[in-house]
Amino acid sequence: MNKSLFIPLLLQLASIALLASIAVAEDKLIFNRDIRPILSDKCFACHGPNADSREADLRLDVRASAVSDRDGVRAIIPGDAGESELLLRILSEDDRMPPPEGEKHLDPSEIATIREWIEQGAEYQMHWAFIAPSRPEVPNPPNTANPIDRFIFANLEAHDTEPSSPADPATLVRRLYFDLTGLPPSPEEIDAYAKDPSASAYGALVDSLLDSPHYGERMASYWLDLVRFADTQGFHSDDQQHIFPYRDYVISAFNSNMGFDRFTTEQLAGDLLENATLQQQIASGYNRLNQVTGEGGAQAGEYLVKYTADRIRTTSEVWLGATLGCAECHDHKFDPYTAGDFYRFGAFFADLEQVGVYSGNARSTGNYPPMLALPRVEQTDQITAVDERIAALKVERASPNIADNPDELKALDKKIKAAENERRVLDMSIIKTMVSRAVKPRVMRILPRGDWLDSSGEIVEPGVPHFLTQPKQQKGQRLTRLDLAKWMLDDSNPLTARVFVNRLWYLYFGQGLSNVLNDLGSQGEWPRHPELLDWLAVEFRESGWDIKHLIRLMVSSQAYQLSSTPTSVQLAKDPLNRLHARQARFRLQAEFVRDNALAISGLLVRDPGGRSVKPYQPIGYWSDSYKSVGNPHKYVASRGDDLYRRGLYTFWKRSFLHPSLLAFDAPNREACEARRPISNTPLQALVLLNDPTYVEAARAFAVRAMLQTEASPSERITWIIRQAVGRRPQTGEVAALSELYKDKLARYQLNVADAEALAGIGEYRVPANISLVELAAWTAVTRVVLNLHETITRN
Amino acid sequence: MTSWNLSTRRHFLGQGGLGIGAMALGSLLSRDLKASTGDAQWRGIVNPPHHAPKAKRVIYLYMAGGPSHLESFDNKPKLAEMDGKPMPESFTKGQPIAQLQGKKLNCLGPQVKFQKYGESGQEISALFPHISGIADEMTIVRSVVTEQINHDPAHTFINTGRRVPGHPSMGAWINYGIGSECDDLPGFVVLTSVGGGQAQPIASRQWQAAYLPSELQGVKFKSTGDPVSYVGSPAGSSREDQRDIVSAIQRLNAMRDAAVPDPEIAARISQYEMAFRMHTSVPELTDLSDEPQNILDMYGTKGADGSFAANCLLARRMAERGVRFIQLYHRGWDHHSNLNKDMPRSAKLVDQASAALVRDLKQRGMLEDTIVIWGGEFGRTPMAQGSGRDHHIKGFSMWMAGGGFRGGTTYGETDELGYNALPDSAVKIRDFHATLLHQLGLEHTRLRVKFQGLDQGLTGVEHARVVREIIQ
Repeated sequence: MNKSLFIPLLLQLASIALLASIAVAEDKLIFNRDIRPILSDKCFACHGPNADSREADLRLDVRASAVSDRDGVRAIIPGDAGESELLLRILSEDDRMPPPEGEKHLDPSEIATIREWIEQGAEYQMHWAFIAPSRPEVPNPPNTANPIDRFIFANLEAHDTEPSSPADPATLVRRLYFDLTGLPPSPEEIDAYAKDPSASAYGALVDSLLDSPHYGERMASYWLDLVRFADTQGFHSDDQQHIFPYRDYVISAFNSNMGFDRFTTEQLAGDLLENATLQQQIASGYNRLNQVTGEGGAQAGEYLVKYTADRIRTTSEVWLGATLGCAECHDHKFDPYTAGDFYRFGAFFADLEQVGVYSGNARSTGNYPPMLALPRVEQTDQITAVDERIAALKVERASPNIADNPDELKALDKKIKAAENERRVLDMSIIKTMVSRAVKPRVMRILPRGDWLDSSGEIVEPGVPHFLTQPKQQKGQRLTRLDLAKWMLDDSNPLTARVFVNRLWYLYFGQGLSNVLNDLGSQGEWPRHPELLDWLAVEFRESGWDIKHLIRLMVSSQAYQLSSTPTSVQLAKDPLNRLHARQARFRLQAEFVRDNALAISGLLVRDPGGRSVKPYQPIGYWSDSYKSVGNPHKYVASRGDDLYRRGLYTFWKRSFLHPSLLAFDAPNREACEARRPISNTPLQALVLLNDPTYVEAARAFAVRAMLQTEASPSERITWIIRQAVGRRPQTGEVAALSELYKDKLARYQLNVADAEALAGIGEYRVPANISLVELAAWTAVTRVVLNLHETITRN
Repeated sequence: MTSWNLSTRRHFLGQGGLGIGAMALGSLLSRDLKASTGDAQWRGIVNPPHHAPKAKRVIYLYMAGGPSHLESFDNKPKLAEMDGKPMPESFTKGQPIAQLQGKKLNCLGPQVKFQKYGESGQEISALFPHISGIADEMTIVRSVVTEQINHDPAHTFINTGRRVPGHPSMGAWINYGIGSECDDLPGFVVLTSVGGGQAQPIASRQWQAAYLPSELQGVKFKSTGDPVSYVGSPAGSSREDQRDIVSAIQRLNAMRDAAVPDPEIAARISQYEMAFRMHTSVPELTDLSDEPQNILDMYGTKGADGSFAANCLLARRMAERGVRFIQLYHRGWDHHSNLNKDMPRSAKLVDQASAALVRDLKQRGMLEDTIVIWGGEFGRTPMAQGSGRDHHIKGFSMWMAGGGFRGGTTYGETDELGYNALPDSAVKIRDFHATLLHQLGLEHTRLRVKFQGLDQGLTGVEHARVVREIIQ
């Protein structure tokens, strides 16, 4: 760079530094908030925790290294930015840092911030999320009782921002139903609240929804994304696996408001609990949710390593919001996790009975040991009866007077064979589920660069990341999965409670307080309301890990009940709504898009649990998922009630997730997913327009409308719109749909065959007294309404 | 209505260190790019391109199962001499091996003759009489190296550059970078066909968008039922009915848009426009009845029947319509046994149409800005596995044509037995990716998105090189 260019840059820097100092005049810079994000992203890769990639033996993540004297040069001289080598190099023309040829560059405001921080004394902090939270003092603005509001409104006041007005009752009730149950309210339910929108009526509504069996389904659908629950094994031919009882365990755990501590322990180590109950063993199926392979030629050793890595990645993301998975091949580049931490963490799972490659019969039955059989009472009785019968027949066969009679022998053998066959059929009808079972732990080594063929690494025992408070351990005692759970739930653990409440906040406010939901580490986000996050984390722990308590607290807050319509001031000052001056507005998640349409149409079957079900699916969609030519995995759609179950019960095939769910961003559950993207695509339009599930729902919705109201078309349209979006329609909306209705009525009157064809989509049978022509015209109207943006939006 | 969003989001996104989740980032970016132009389609994050692009689109003929390089593009006379003799242990010791684990390892000589073709004199086996006819258009790379030895992870590795599932596929990355040119079709399309040898499964994760915006994922066209899921109108609902329904949806959404400040509504409206266009554009695309007989004959297809030949013709039609990345999987190259009988069958199913595609693109003036890629997820062992060959990852062949690749060129070599790619010319998968992106005007080190704290890209964190020797 030549001088003439350099001078304007300096001027520019100076002016920005000035601006920055004005902005921060009232506040001292905070390392975790202001500095760590810059240094972590731009500098740590070469001057951070990873020793292998460290340059010049300089660490900028550790103050001692950063300020140390190296031959008279100090990267940072606290209080003297001008002489600090760090800043000199950042501004250097010839020898600039970060290197100009690299991908990372500092912008002038970042440089100004670093300068200011050095001037202020270059104080460091341990990364905020690694310090155990303590309960902060609650601010005290007037007129608010809920501690959440006291934090939020105090902060709004500090930022001179007014909150939006409270949401109208219809919007609020609809929001609450979706958020707590994933299902829409009926207009009658909305009216009941709108008549008496008192705090006590709201409280009662919250309680009744938290008590609804659909609450557990709603929560489970989020948890199942985190733990990557699926009905198939994932790799290669992606055969089915039996583990849906685990899904039902999760639902009932949420419904019974099991403490998150117990919920955690049972999943990680239910099999290790003393006198483990059936449910606790089912819960331990968590450890079996990793992807596995049945591919010929796969090496067991390699896949055992893959399975362990998968468990480490998932478990650390689910409970710790940690990207420990990044330390598989080398020390983490941004956080202090080492490769040793990775493999020690993996050693907790080395006791799990696990084969490397699944083969043989298990592939076709979906039963991969260790399995737990879950016979119903009558099945147990039947088995006992058959067993007794077989035993009796065998005794008879052995008796001396039979042995000499070939005819009788033959007859008896036939009977025995039949009974044994009966027993096999019975066995197959019994639900089985994959569980954890502890065996002698496999040897766990640090694998250099993650290479499973390299056995030169050190052998490790179970352990937690070295820089966090360590679990208590007797000498010579090997830590177990139970110890891991205990450590996660210990008061000294800085992550578990924060990670979970942060995600709850996301479910109810549309974004996390720290908005990188799977990473509370250095590359995550400094929380916008650190005190609120910590207060909630401590409240959660001290309430006995009471999830419903936390949710009640959140949804009862005024902040939750605000309108999602922004004011112009908010848009200007806080476009992303990080201050929570208003509620969020977002498209429903994939399963709820389906549930909503089925509920509105009256088709929804609200049965809980059981085997996963198969809604209509386009022909040939699975045809590439198996190897044999001409023998694709056959998709056979369910019949009857199972066609109308909630979306979370859809058979979750990892390699080819149901296309309607996929179109609305449901994850394939190969890896932990803490936040689904919310896309807006033409494929979604095609699903809502043409998927038989939605056309059938529109038909049933139209029948409901025709049976419910004898009124004029416009009154019927009003009824239809209220069912779908909760509010009353505008005149223009009614007019547009009346017009469509009239057009289509005339059109189908001329072509009854088309009306009949439309009435034949899906299994749902139209009542005999319904005119198919009229129905076809109404179906056009209900199809429109089910497709509306508002219908699939929670606001 | 969206202008505040656009500028503030851009401002926000410019603050790289704020570390917003990549998922949210993807959604935000996606909406911005589209909202700014009122477009239903993503137009790319890299605009203008990092450098002048040589190519606009890619057609990737993906030979799933792993074709033998030793019977296609890598002639090894020495292996013929060693036929039936033990494979020297110096080659195989400590190497990952798939189904031949613990078995006796004997050499299997090439099962077919090679000859030189074209003015450039490229060596190609007798199994590919049509492909050998386009030798002067081809860049044969005989030194590709991959890292995963089983089909499923090997596909994942080639498509995403990673061992661990959960990363975006190259079609998604390319569309993320340079966007779609097309208003009525997806920017990334996948077609599959089967036949010849053992066909292994292929999972939709091979064309996933992962943490990139969901609309960038590949859309698989099927040969049975609707070509695209749900693109067909329901029974009893005519095209006119569909149009009336969509326009009523649009009217009501527009009324809502006027009442509520939610930019997603405008986006939804444009998505319905595109969906409605797809009702027409997809059947038009897949209806081959307007193709003249000589073209059908050239590809060797009678019509859209799900064969590789038909898919090649469809690929050309997609390329003409602006689809950015078209990937054709032919599942049928896993020749663990019966190599002699089955590999010729697989070759016959793809040979004519592969060559026809290149010629057809050329005669339409499209070859120069279309990259055609031909290759599998790995090669096959020089060692026999009964009557076949096992998976092999240390050196195998692919070829490219068009799109600024250097025609009539063979690059790289394996050792005398066709086992290891020689280090000087080895082309790792990330090198292949970097080169591909380069031709499309993208610098692989700059096409990045933050996820899990890392700046993720198709080529990952390790050094990748653009293979200058194979491009013009």
